[in-house]
Amino acid sequence: MNKLTLKDLYFKFRDPETIKALKKEIEKEAVNLKEPLRIMEICGGHTHTIMKYGIKQLLPENISFIHGPGCPVCIMPKERIDHAITLSHQKDVILATLGDMIRVPGSKSTLAKARADGANVVPLHSTLDVLEIARKNPNKKVVFFAIGFETTTPMTAALMHTAFKQNLKNIYYHINHVLVPPPMRAILDSGEAKINAFIGPSHVSVITGAKAYEFLVKDYNTPVVVAGFEPVDVMESILMLIRQKIKNTPKVEIQYKRATTYEGNLLAQEMINRYLEVRDTFRWRGLGDIPHSALKLKDEYEEFDAEKIWADILPNEPINDHKLCICGEILKGLKTPKECSVFGSACTPANPLGSCMVSDEGACNAYYRYER
Amino acid sequence: MDKKITLSYGGGGEETNKLIKELFYKNFSNEILENAEDAAVFELKGKTAFTTDSFTVSPLFFNGGDIGKLSIAGTCNDLAMMGAKPKFLSVGFMIEEGLEYSKLEKIVKSMADELKKIDAKIVCGDTKVVPSGSVDKIFINTSGIGEIKKENISAHNLKEGDAVIVSRDIGKHGTVIMAHRYGVDTDIKSDCKVLWSEVKALIDADINIKALRDATRGGLSAVLNEWSEASSVSIEIKEDKIPLSDEVMGLCEIFGFEPMDLANEGTFILAVSNEDKEKALEVLKNFNQNASIIGEVKKGNKVILKSPYGSKRYIELPKGELLPRIC
Repeated sequence: MNKLTLKDLYFKFRDPETIKALKKEIEKEAVNLKEPLRIMEICGGHTHTIMKYGIKQLLPENISFIHGPGCPVCIMPKERIDHAITLSHQKDVILATLGDMIRVPGSKSTLAKARADGANVVPLHSTLDVLEIARKNPNKKVVFFAIGFETTTPMTAALMHTAFKQNLKNIYYHINHVLVPPPMRAILDSGEAKINAFIGPSHVSVITGAKAYEFLVKDYNTPVVVAGFEPVDVMESILMLIRQKIKNTPKVEIQYKRATTYEGNLLAQEMINRYLEVRDTFRWRGLGDIPHSALKLKDEYEEFDAEKIWADILPNEPINDHKLCICGEILKGLKTPKECSVFGSACTPANPLGSCMVSDEGACNAYYRYER
Repeated sequence: MDKKITLSYGGGGEETNKLIKELFYKNFSNEILENAEDAAVFELKGKTAFTTDSFTVSPLFFNGGDIGKLSIAGTCNDLAMMGAKPKFLSVGFMIEEGLEYSKLEKIVKSMADELKKIDAKIVCGDTKVVPSGSVDKIFINTSGIGEIKKENISAHNLKEGDAVIVSRDIGKHGTVIMAHRYGVDTDIKSDCKVLWSEVKALIDADINIKALRDATRGGLSAVLNEWSEASSVSIEIKEDKIPLSDEVMGLCEIFGFEPMDLANEGTFILAVSNEDKEKALEVLKNFNQNASIIGEVKKGNKVILKSPYGSKRYIELPKGELLPRIC
């Protein structure tokens, strides 16, 4: 048997000939669309793929993308980032968080700057590295600043599970896990966005299963295809959406079959439900308050809940983006980054005024990098 | 127990002298250095290039090299990229007390090995030992003087129609360092290497070299953007012509990095007039079969990447610290 290499896992999904063939098929079938196809890709990973591989340029004029709110870094309000910075400056605290969170600006600073000022900030590659940090620093309080959609949530639950099993009592959790379906509903309910198809997230759906999007078909009569992150995945998903549209049979389909099922990862779902529960409401940067759109620690674990333990010092005043910023309208699909008056001038990745410019996966950041 | 460098080695007394004689003179052996005057004295001929660089790397020893080899390659390559043959170098060591003597010896030996390959000399130096915590194990500074063999190589020279060539597959050094830091086992080796032989061969073949730059921090992306800005031109790169090993690509997939942004320590980019591109490629292939003509200089002011399936995008200057993506 041939040995499977890393390359085998992705190179066919970037094959130029396959992409060209899909382009031809899309062009042929899109002619039969009765109305322009306006696809929202919810996940920032897809925004990144679309821009990095220039997929927009491969599509006929009657197909366009609306870039959704699926970048966990981008939608995190500044006051929550300020929480992380405040906690990192506590004398007995080690603040651990996933990779590129450390460069995200809060209202005045970033975790990277806090680190330069002497705060103990550790960028993680794996959530479970927190266990080792806690073991090596028994006299410190290790605060895990948890961020991400359903993709990264199981790791937080697994961290809690393992820490409790190993009787590690010096790990605290600041939970910022957000959910994909509620903002989709909020955007559609606002009635302003003219979205008539969705590309469903890849890794989020591995956890939640495609079932999480049934409401889009039932309540909004809108087709959804759960797509992989490679260019061939996205092109094939667009073709599947076109076919659904032409037949007028909206349903939830899975293109990303190599990793996603309808039911999702039940073990992960069970683990999440054991330690976390839905919040009443959560403020999204650019979108505002969305009910039931994020998770928090269950009350029975409140002795490890950093938000409760340090409640007295954590700022909670909402901090809005600059008044010229139109990220809210971009996230709702009403405007594109290029329609923003400060895009690329006052607002750049080095100095983002609004949420969509913050991370690689934000719509403005992707436009700035690849198509300015 | 392993002998360690203590503060007394930097005190200027007996231990310092012992270190200088038994380690530095022995390995860097040459008349100018061993004259042991306050400054090195030597003759220079014609136009001269001069550069300096400081080196800190974690881990000190990595697949394919160490901080010593890096400190010679880095400075010599800056000279070579200006068409200068590296001749004389200075070295400054900042050592954290407690560094194992055997490690310092290994570092010094690998510096000496690199110097021999291109017949360059360390002619003066300095050693400081600082208290634990003041530096991370060892920092090295090297400065170098080179004899210009070909003039007018400059980032400002690029003209419409010139060809852009890369000397080998990209991203090896950055990938090796990342793999070490994140505890991933890998067989790939850093490309760390002095590049004077390659540059000399190009000069000897009478190639019309416009610009040369080693793609160190910021990688291929940084060099192309610097050239585009300095020469006020666009550079169009064909994505499928960029040489890339499966291992580098695979590790970049895992970490979420862009191979074009990763550091190299023995890889350079070359701009030549269009009629010389095949000849230059032939010369470079004698050193590394993966050398490749990757693009062409056009009118404009952007660096553009063309995909094999007909789309285009910009290549941006990499920004900030390299951090793995959240998901």
